[in-house]
Amino acid sequence: MTDAKPLLRVRDLKVTFDTPDGALGAVNGISLDVGAGDTLAVVGESGSGKTQLAFAMLGLLAKNGRAEGSVMLDGSEILNLPDSKLNKVRAQRVSMIFQDPMTSLNPYLRVGTQMAEVLQLHRGMSRREAMKESAAMLDAVRIPDAASRLAMYPHEFSGGMRQRIMIAMSLLCRPALLIADEPTTALDVTVQAQIMELLSEIRAEFGTAIILITHDLGIVAGACERTMVMYGGRVMEAGPTEKLFEAPSHPYTLGLLAAVPRLDVAQDELRTIPGDPPDLLSLPPGCPFAPRCPLAHPPCRETMPPLVPFDGDRVRACHAPTEEVKP
Amino acid sequence: MFAYILRRLLLAIPVLLILVVVTFALMYAAPGSPFASERAVPAAVIANIERAYGLDRPFIVQIGSYIWNVVVHFDFGPSFQYRDQDVNDLIEQGFPVTLTYGFWSFVVAVIVGGALGIAAAIRHNTWLDYLAVGVSIGAQVLPNFVLAPILVLVFTLWLGWLPGGGWQGGQIEYVILPVIALSTSFMASIARIARASMLEVMTSNFIRTARAKGLPGRTIVFRHALKPALLPVLSYLGPAFVGMITGSVVIDLYFSTGGIGQFFVASALNRDYGVMMGITVLLGALTILFNLVVDILYAWIDPKIRY
Repeated sequence: MTDAKPLLRVRDLKVTFDTPDGALGAVNGISLDVGAGDTLAVVGESGSGKTQLAFAMLGLLAKNGRAEGSVMLDGSEILNLPDSKLNKVRAQRVSMIFQDPMTSLNPYLRVGTQMAEVLQLHRGMSRREAMKESAAMLDAVRIPDAASRLAMYPHEFSGGMRQRIMIAMSLLCRPALLIADEPTTALDVTVQAQIMELLSEIRAEFGTAIILITHDLGIVAGACERTMVMYGGRVMEAGPTEKLFEAPSHPYTLGLLAAVPRLDVAQDELRTIPGDPPDLLSLPPGCPFAPRCPLAHPPCRETMPPLVPFDGDRVRACHAPTEEVKP
Repeated sequence: MFAYILRRLLLAIPVLLILVVVTFALMYAAPGSPFASERAVPAAVIANIERAYGLDRPFIVQIGSYIWNVVVHFDFGPSFQYRDQDVNDLIEQGFPVTLTYGFWSFVVAVIVGGALGIAAAIRHNTWLDYLAVGVSIGAQVLPNFVLAPILVLVFTLWLGWLPGGGWQGGQIEYVILPVIALSTSFMASIARIARASMLEVMTSNFIRTARAKGLPGRTIVFRHALKPALLPVLSYLGPAFVGMITGSVVIDLYFSTGGIGQFFVASALNRDYGVMMGITVLLGALTILFNLVVDILYAWIDPKIRY
């Protein structure tokens, strides 16, 4: 974060969708930095804009979406580049894996074909070389008997295996940054743990920086050094994961942490944050969380609190003083 | 796979038998006779003719002997209208004609319709899309009995490039106009199906993955999207192919091509029982066959389908 020239520097990124009901602001001015080998968790409920943030960076927004702001990769602007230029970045410098491994691989093509084409295109390898390299990468993500798996189709693998294949495919060109969008959401719990372990091994082995997008605070704690909490397309707070978990400085973070089910404490019912996620078509002028916030002051509804640094390496956007934010 | 094909072919036998029985029964039940005419014919003459064709026998005997002749001798019996020809001759003469212009209509409809639909989907909401949609709607609403006279007017009477009818053993200049007239509406349907299906495939998750992999648009469309986008088109193509190679009454009558298409209506109007049954069995057998071909192609495209 203190690097003079970080790997990825996002400034005031906004994503807007044109819908029949008007302009929908999915991401409303997000800034973040990711250095080489960093791990950042982006946490928020459904609809907080975390996925669209990632799609905007790689130019994967739906056709009715547009992005403004700045995304600098290795010091050069990549936001809104034409596909022909972005294709030099995608998979080679930044790659991405998605929420649903069941549908993210092409069901009509063999796994080997889908992997090898990345290397043939970006590395100019022959098909034979690319296949060999793909098998090696499948082996690296702990898929047994990798070479013979290349001839198989995605439906012949389990969900966890498919996510491993996605991860292997995303690493073929040794990208500097891997964006993992809810990589474990569609998987069952034991497989989740395996995939998270794989991601941390990959980081150690390849030095890949990882942005982990998730709504599941449970998997963030051990996996990422820093965490950014999003709500209504804005940053609520960000900082080192340990500090954020230990002493959340924003009422929303507090609510999220309280909503994580715990086995060690007897609970009669599932804790939730009362109220609904904000309507992105008509965001209030103030803090998007104010209508649901137990600590909301009158100014909260009028003006969006600025993101201010505190405690050295943390930032927060809340009118309430930190002392008031307590469970 | 081989066992599956064999099973499907065996299953075709009872299906065709049911088709024959139902059609035969409907025909038997329908009023009218192939020999009814304006002139007053003595009852004794009618009775004689009916005896000659075996129409005086009980239903069960008629249908039994029909099926026996078809199965054992592959003989579809006499025509009740064309006195000196039997049904086998009529189909042997007419089917090659419809097969020729039907096959080329199919080729044209698939290539033009497929290209139009896919181009429209890739350039969604651009002038190319609007043009393709406009062309396919226009082609769909223009029935071939309107299109055929227009084609003759333009290409025969005004430009004098092509003959306005006849067959001449299927020389190319005699085939072109029937092919255009027959393929147009099929082409439009294929374009519409291909466009809709391509649009849907292009929004699927695996296409997003392909984009995230930095693949160029061409590779995404042709390697990743084309196969799944073709599946709905394929299921339409089976029955459409049969419809085309068995011809069309409009084409056969308007261009005097002499195919079997003309029999579809004529045989029913004339109560030409023999020809009607022959055409029905041919159409039924071809439909069963090409549905099987479509299913085999499905398995070839979609790895999840295994027989």
